[in-house]
Amino acid sequence: MSFSTVLSASIDGLSAEFVRVEADVSNGLPVFNMVGYLSSEVKEAGERVRTAIRNSGFDYPPKRTVINLSPAALRKRGASFDLPIAVSVLISLGILKPGCTGSCLLAGELGLDGRVRKIPGILPIVMAARQKGITCCIVPEENAAEGALAENMKIIGVKDLRETVNYLLGKKQIAAAVPGCAFREQKAEVDFADICGQETVRRAAEIAVAGGHNLLLIGPPGSGKSMTARAVAGILPPLGREESLEITKIYSVMDLLHADAPLIMQRPFREVHHTVTKAALIGGGTVPRPGEISLAHGGVLFLDELTEYRKEILETLRQPLENRSIEIARTYGKYRFPADFILVAAMNPCPCGCYPDMERCRCTPAQIRAYLGKISMPFLDRIDLCTEAPRVRYEDLTGRGQGESSAEIRKRVCMARDIQRERYRGTGMRTNAMLDINDLKKYCRIGRKGEELMEQAFSALKLTARAYHKTIRTARTIADLDGEEEIRTKHLKEALGYRMAGGKYWER
Amino acid sequence: MKKRCEKEYFGRIRTPLTDAEMEYEYWFAGIQGISGKKKYMIRQRMKSGRAIYYIEEMQLNGLEFLSEKDRDVLREAVRQQPRNDFERAREKGIRFVPWFSADYPEKLRELEDFPYAVYVRGRLPDASLRKAAIIGSRRCTPYGEKYAVEFGKKLAENGVEIISGLARGIDGMGQRGALMGGGRTYAILGSGPDVCYPREHIGLYMDILEQGGGILSEYPPGTAPLAWHFPARNRIISGLSDAVLVMEAGEKSGSLITVDIALEQGKDVYALPGPVNSSLSRGCNFLIRQGAGLLTDPESLLDEWGIVHEERQEKEIENEKVLESAEKLVYSCLGLYPKNITQISEKTKLSERELTGILVSLELQGYAKEISKNYYVTAK
Repeated sequence: MSFSTVLSASIDGLSAEFVRVEADVSNGLPVFNMVGYLSSEVKEAGERVRTAIRNSGFDYPPKRTVINLSPAALRKRGASFDLPIAVSVLISLGILKPGCTGSCLLAGELGLDGRVRKIPGILPIVMAARQKGITCCIVPEENAAEGALAENMKIIGVKDLRETVNYLLGKKQIAAAVPGCAFREQKAEVDFADICGQETVRRAAEIAVAGGHNLLLIGPPGSGKSMTARAVAGILPPLGREESLEITKIYSVMDLLHADAPLIMQRPFREVHHTVTKAALIGGGTVPRPGEISLAHGGVLFLDELTEYRKEILETLRQPLENRSIEIARTYGKYRFPADFILVAAMNPCPCGCYPDMERCRCTPAQIRAYLGKISMPFLDRIDLCTEAPRVRYEDLTGRGQGESSAEIRKRVCMARDIQRERYRGTGMRTNAMLDINDLKKYCRIGRKGEELMEQAFSALKLTARAYHKTIRTARTIADLDGEEEIRTKHLKEALGYRMAGGKYWER
Repeated sequence: MKKRCEKEYFGRIRTPLTDAEMEYEYWFAGIQGISGKKKYMIRQRMKSGRAIYYIEEMQLNGLEFLSEKDRDVLREAVRQQPRNDFERAREKGIRFVPWFSADYPEKLRELEDFPYAVYVRGRLPDASLRKAAIIGSRRCTPYGEKYAVEFGKKLAENGVEIISGLARGIDGMGQRGALMGGGRTYAILGSGPDVCYPREHIGLYMDILEQGGGILSEYPPGTAPLAWHFPARNRIISGLSDAVLVMEAGEKSGSLITVDIALEQGKDVYALPGPVNSSLSRGCNFLIRQGAGLLTDPESLLDEWGIVHEERQEKEIENEKVLESAEKLVYSCLGLYPKNITQISEKTKLSERELTGILVSLELQGYAKEISKNYYVTAK
């Protein structure tokens, strides 16, 4: 038998594309031809495979070898085809029996010594295979624990080509891999107990996380905005299995998983520097890869020094903030990456950072306006909560004003999230932040007194329609934190206190 | 010079100039590079704008007070074709009022360095009414802002005309206050009267005109707001007024320069006292120590001028009824200098969470104002 075929897959965006690897070895000039719309890293597989076969102790006679990767119209990328190509060639050479792979899917990179190296994106490949009805995958040993996270799949981790052949010949038994354990929970860098004072900021962070709201912190330099934002990582609610796998898949594609403990059980906290490029932030490249916003999926994206970001970078965030995913279109197809994150942003109130302390602030109104003008109204519209991080006082520094720890805050957050999960069961929504105008009417009854208050607020504080809805959404979360069904006026009042800064900031 | 000026004025009033003649006068007034004083002297010698336009080299050399540079400027100006700028300005609603015009404000004529001409949009100040200039720094605190508005309003309500420079900060606030009081206010610009500077005050600019006030400038239409125009326009602000009220000024504020000019012109100067620790009131407090009038309320100023006015009502009693006790406590702690929620919490011993609600409540009732995120001032 000189012809053989083996099943493999490669990553395209976040999903897997199945590829059939066909090999044909026949008499003729000793060439190694590869076809099937290959990118250069796949073409180079030829050299790796031939050498690896020889170095694994198999005889490779000088024959004409043709490799075809089908479907021919799909661009093949990555090094995951090395192993299936080698196995396919070995079947064609008669070293392995035809059909020995059965319906098994193979993926892995080969070293010249025949070692099978790990590849990114095993989890999405295995999960796609399961959906297709495939039950067995042969993958690099280092990736086995990750692949086994998909339930009801037989994952065989192989060390090298020789071992693969022995396994396929039935000479060696390899036990199916066990699911990798959860990545050990790291404590957040900063605990809320470490933060001095800042009562309002803590409370705003609690509300933001409890309801999935975006949060903007404004304050002078050195007021602990960044520290608070980092502490937010410590009060995020735990992940469910579904969400956890969704996040792990993204990290798998980006090759960011820990080999021994691949499952991500902690919500991500991504901090991005303001020099970030558009593609790095929202995802992109000729072959689109997820960006930071997708890596922050299910967790927090922190933008420090918000005004330093280039305007067009911030504007690109508008759509993902609304849709909770990002769609990247290329001529050959559309890619959709999840991007459901809580945005935490921090900035100074003016270029020198001291406004409205006129004793210190040296900025002219024009300068302040230009500074704040860097952030557009539509962008701000997507931020539900805004608060000030005040200058740290001496009493706070010396620790007399010891605050609550993250663990205590987290307990309340989890409780509020439970209430929301119950309420939105079956609607596809998870948090209050996802409520749109129609949902607000359904889930956020504010009572007669509340309506009176909001009417008063609408005219006295010159609220916009959007600000009005934001206030009610936030009030819903505050009520949930209090464990109350009805939104009361005190909840509305507190929510109004977190609206986008009035007066001099943006409404001049 | 004052004497000469008056004589000339009385001698000239008999026959108003025709439009054609005004065209020459407009051309001459608009020449850049010759000082107002020299222009006045040229005009005195030559008797009319037309004569200056057709000046001969001999006559020009005869003007012994001109430097060679001045003569070059004039020669260059004469070479230009006369355009009908006067006509165009009139179409735009801008009046050209040279010093010899009957409309020229009497108060300006008294100045040592009176402007050769003023360009006016809207109305000229009413000579029969009292006029007060409200001035102060562009960078100001809510304290200064509040009293600029209050003084502007109260004075305007009682028929005092407010003069200021349309600038950011105190100037604009004082004029805003005058408009709120339903009175007339006049803005003296450092640019052409058709150029609104700062641009964001275009609303104020239009409102001033709508309410019967005026925009004045000694610069012809289209002139850009150049930095060195501003000290010069300040002399007109003080010159047009009976009294100069300084609401807030730092130690080296430009308002203090205006005060110096005002004193030279013999105007009354008043200053609003401020807290000793506020750097933006240091200039005012300094003025008071130097003998400036102490501004405590607009009423006393009205009394001084003998203007009959309504008595001041006490508002405090009203507060007592409406506010809850916690709200009262918080309200009593607010001031005109912004305090943030942490500082208020320290004073009132209420938790910041409680305060958030109370402050919103106060804001809704109009007792407090959030001027920057979590920074509050009193509003009533």
